[in-house]
Amino acid sequence: MATVDWESVIGLEIHVQLATRSKIFSGAEAAFGAPPNTRACAVDLGMPGVLPVLNREAVRMALTFGLAIDAEIARTCRFDRKSYFYPDLPKGYQISQFDQPIVGAGVVEMEVDGATRRIGIRRAHLEEDAGKSLHEDYADMTGIDLNRAGTPLLEVVSEPDLRTPAEAAAFFREMHAVVRYLGICDGNLNEGSMRCDANVSVRPRGQARFGERTEIKNLNSFRFLRQAIAHEIDRQIGVLESGDSVVRETRLYDPRDDETRPMRGKELSDDYRYFPDPDLLPVRVTSELLGEARARVPELPRAKRRRYREDLGLSDSDTGFLTGDPDVAAYFEATLATGCGAKPAANWIMDRVAASLNRSGLDVSACPVAPEQLGRLIARIEEGVISGKIAGMVFDVLWEEGGEVDAIIEARDLRRVSDAGELARIVRRVVADHPEQVEQFRAGKEKVLGFFVGRVMRETEGKADPGRVNALLRDALAP
Amino acid sequence: MDRQTLDRLTRLSQLQLSAEEERLVLDDLGHIVALIDEMRAIDTDGVEPLTHPLDMDQPLRRDAVTEAVDRARFLAVAPLTRDGLYLVPKVVE
Amino acid sequence: MQPFAGIAELGRGLARGDYSARELATFHLERIAAADGDLNAFIHVAEERALRAAEAADRRIARGEGGPLTGIPLAHKDIFCTAGVATTCASRMLADFVPPYDATVVARLAAAGTVCLGKTNMDEFAMGSSSETSWFGPSRNPWDRGRAPGGSSGGSAAAVGAGLVPCATGTDTGGSIRQPAAFCGVTGLKPTYGRVSRYGMIAFASSLDQGGAFGLSVEDVETVLGAMEGHDPLDSTSAERSPTRRNGAGSMRVGLPSEYWTGLSGDMGDCLLAAAKELEAAGHVLVSHSLPHTDAAVPAYYVIAGAEASANLSRYDGVRFGFRAEDPADLGDLYRRSRAAGFGTEVKRRILTGTYTLSVGYYDAYYLKAQRVRRRIQQDFLEAFEEVDVIAAPVAPGPAFELGAVDDPVAMYRQDVFTTPASLAGLPAMSMPCGFVGGLPVGLQLIGPAFEEGRLLALGHEFQRRTDWHLRHPEG
Repeated sequence: MATVDWESVIGLEIHVQLATRSKIFSGAEAAFGAPPNTRACAVDLGMPGVLPVLNREAVRMALTFGLAIDAEIARTCRFDRKSYFYPDLPKGYQISQFDQPIVGAGVVEMEVDGATRRIGIRRAHLEEDAGKSLHEDYADMTGIDLNRAGTPLLEVVSEPDLRTPAEAAAFFREMHAVVRYLGICDGNLNEGSMRCDANVSVRPRGQARFGERTEIKNLNSFRFLRQAIAHEIDRQIGVLESGDSVVRETRLYDPRDDETRPMRGKELSDDYRYFPDPDLLPVRVTSELLGEARARVPELPRAKRRRYREDLGLSDSDTGFLTGDPDVAAYFEATLATGCGAKPAANWIMDRVAASLNRSGLDVSACPVAPEQLGRLIARIEEGVISGKIAGMVFDVLWEEGGEVDAIIEARDLRRVSDAGELARIVRRVVADHPEQVEQFRAGKEKVLGFFVGRVMRETEGKADPGRVNALLRDALAP
Repeated sequence: MDRQTLDRLTRLSQLQLSAEEERLVLDDLGHIVALIDEMRAIDTDGVEPLTHPLDMDQPLRRDAVTEAVDRARFLAVAPLTRDGLYLVPKVVE
Repeated sequence: MQPFAGIAELGRGLARGDYSARELATFHLERIAAADGDLNAFIHVAEERALRAAEAADRRIARGEGGPLTGIPLAHKDIFCTAGVATTCASRMLADFVPPYDATVVARLAAAGTVCLGKTNMDEFAMGSSSETSWFGPSRNPWDRGRAPGGSSGGSAAAVGAGLVPCATGTDTGGSIRQPAAFCGVTGLKPTYGRVSRYGMIAFASSLDQGGAFGLSVEDVETVLGAMEGHDPLDSTSAERSPTRRNGAGSMRVGLPSEYWTGLSGDMGDCLLAAAKELEAAGHVLVSHSLPHTDAAVPAYYVIAGAEASANLSRYDGVRFGFRAEDPADLGDLYRRSRAAGFGTEVKRRILTGTYTLSVGYYDAYYLKAQRVRRRIQQDFLEAFEEVDVIAAPVAPGPAFELGAVDDPVAMYRQDVFTTPASLAGLPAMSMPCGFVGGLPVGLQLIGPAFEEGRLLALGHEFQRRTDWHLRHPEG
């Protein structure tokens, strides 16, 4: 059988937990990590007779997202009941949006290997999260914790525009950055604040029709997403090349043995019987709400990357690093605000700051060295007041003890030796003290010069300008 | 209304009917379907469905924590709990 | 102390100190003890709590802080959640359920100083028109123990009709206040959808359910409604409206829709027509008109109510509250056996019907079609209210039927032909006694435009000043 050139087609459904204080339909606290069932009120538990009331902030956040991806925003939208039985779904139905989502078609632009890709967003709708089933053994029982039930979710559904596992991962990463820039999600993947389902199919390249697809559930890390999709693509190609056909099913990815397997048990329903929730009325998206939502759309990663490249002349890798996390971008921009150069600022943040944060396991928002101080420190190097080596020392002092850059430089007398006379004296003394090295140099051993520079630097505790030291030495050593 | 349809409905609604009940219900549902089929006589072309009698917009709640949860009060009415969790037969995913 | 005294009269007696609220409660608790073994109007009598509430009411009255309902005994339909008091919805599923919260209606009536004597019997989950589907056995009609009190709020209607309590709450989804009021010879009001909070009122069909009141007169029903109604931030479908006031000075145009008035049995027809003539004699103008889609109301109602109920009752799964089957083999077994044993046959029929009309391939033909019919029925009323101020109609095709007489579900559903249209349109409607047929009370239904309860109350009050049907009570 001739080998076929397979093309994979991938679409993602990303569940974004909205960072509201209270639940989407109740006044219970939406918090992660509380003791089981201490954040589930009567409404979240689906107790008899209780009723949902919609959280305004969840609506505002959904609208902010919609505006950020230039999506069509519904004038009015509606909530529907999606019926299926599962122990983490207290009411036996999930309140979701079926045919009137709050956010319609939009687009996300991202860069993959330098090229810009436009990924279509089919829709984004509001719904309530379910609780958690805890499978650790209670004598063949499963424990149900409903703290998460009723947490607001924005389900973002992409078009099947993604073609490779790397692209899918890049898209997930871009969405992760976008929701964090918008401040609508804490982006904490470990706590499940963003969860992703991937729809994967393959087809011979050039074929217009999509192949049969499978859905891989609960991919909550960039790496697992890439691995799971890559694995599923290989599996499907294997199935097709062995003459079988792909079965539409829901699969789970097991990172331990890097494979996907069909999901047992949770074949929720083949008929969700959606219908408008009679406990909730149509939501009118007022111009007031839209105004508030618009006011909360900041400069997004892509715009920042362009600006950093075009206005600041930074490289793709620099901009990639600096814009990936809104807090890093904010730190970088605050550093620039002191008037130092963009490139050295980028280098300092990517090297010294990043390394120090890493070592101490700190988040950039908790960096002991304020961006203003870093900016001033870099400015002092640029002004020639201190050398890069000294600046390193100053940075360590700032990190350990805090304080103010110029005060530290003064207090520790770290300014460069600028007195030409004194530097010349030191140079003459060093030369006089090492006659045989002088001979070697004069005999043409150029690298001995480094020895003299080192000595002079030691004498000046690194405060001398290497350029001038070189010049003075060459004069003094001239035969 | 046939047995196959009824089986599907009982599965979707997680109900279970005794043989006796099933015989009766199958019969009743047949009559009920005949009753609701009487709607066909009404011309509803171009009529907008009325999903709710109230002509009102959904009120929006301020995002504030207003419910202090007293777990014990809720667990007290549950048939089977342990360590603050509701218990169900083992669920396999 | 006499039974069948009105709220205002009881209030005066309490104010004068003729008797205390505790004595008033005790008097009615004794009447319940004497009569209820036979009527089965109550599922649960809360004697201890009642006496404590009555003592609190006496202290309040002594401080001169009493209101029109302070110290007045009442009963709640067992569909309203009462914190610390069993709330069963007449179902085995909730036979042992003690809610940790009060329904808004319960809290407001308690705040008004009423003294709740207990929870009344009903059709299971309010699904029925006879109160025969209760897990706790059928209630009986105070006028004829062999007959049904109507349903689903049959226990409340029977309790008020038998003078066991001066007033009671009920809920009306397709006629569940109006029809039992008619059968038991009391006054019952279903307010406009959105007038009374549904929070804590166990849901049957959410777009139709509405809480209301039973009393011995229009005046009493108006007083109780006054304490129940009003916006509730816990219910998204609760409207912000100014309180109900009797209004309708002068002559009203009273519509008699032909679809309701033709085909009534001779006696029923005569009885109801005489009531209409009484309104005419009072200076109102009778206008015959048409509500052309009336016949489609019962089918549309049973589609919509079933669909909503099928989802509303999915929460009863034996996990967080309610009945749970013993040693389930697996999760599915837990669900199926808990629900199979916890729900009665009528409830299962409704769940299955609703599941059917919402399922793939039937949604458009049934659920969507029903909503379009619902729009047509609402339009009928909107057009009618251009011509008339109030609509007068029968409540039911006949008076109370014998227990067990209507054993075919569809025949039972058809009992609701005159009550489901106003329910689908969300309109206020009231039933008041207007005569007797074969010794059994007959009710006249008044239907008004949305949030125009005031018109019904004005017209009904005037009718009751001119007639004494509402003052007739069963013996014993």
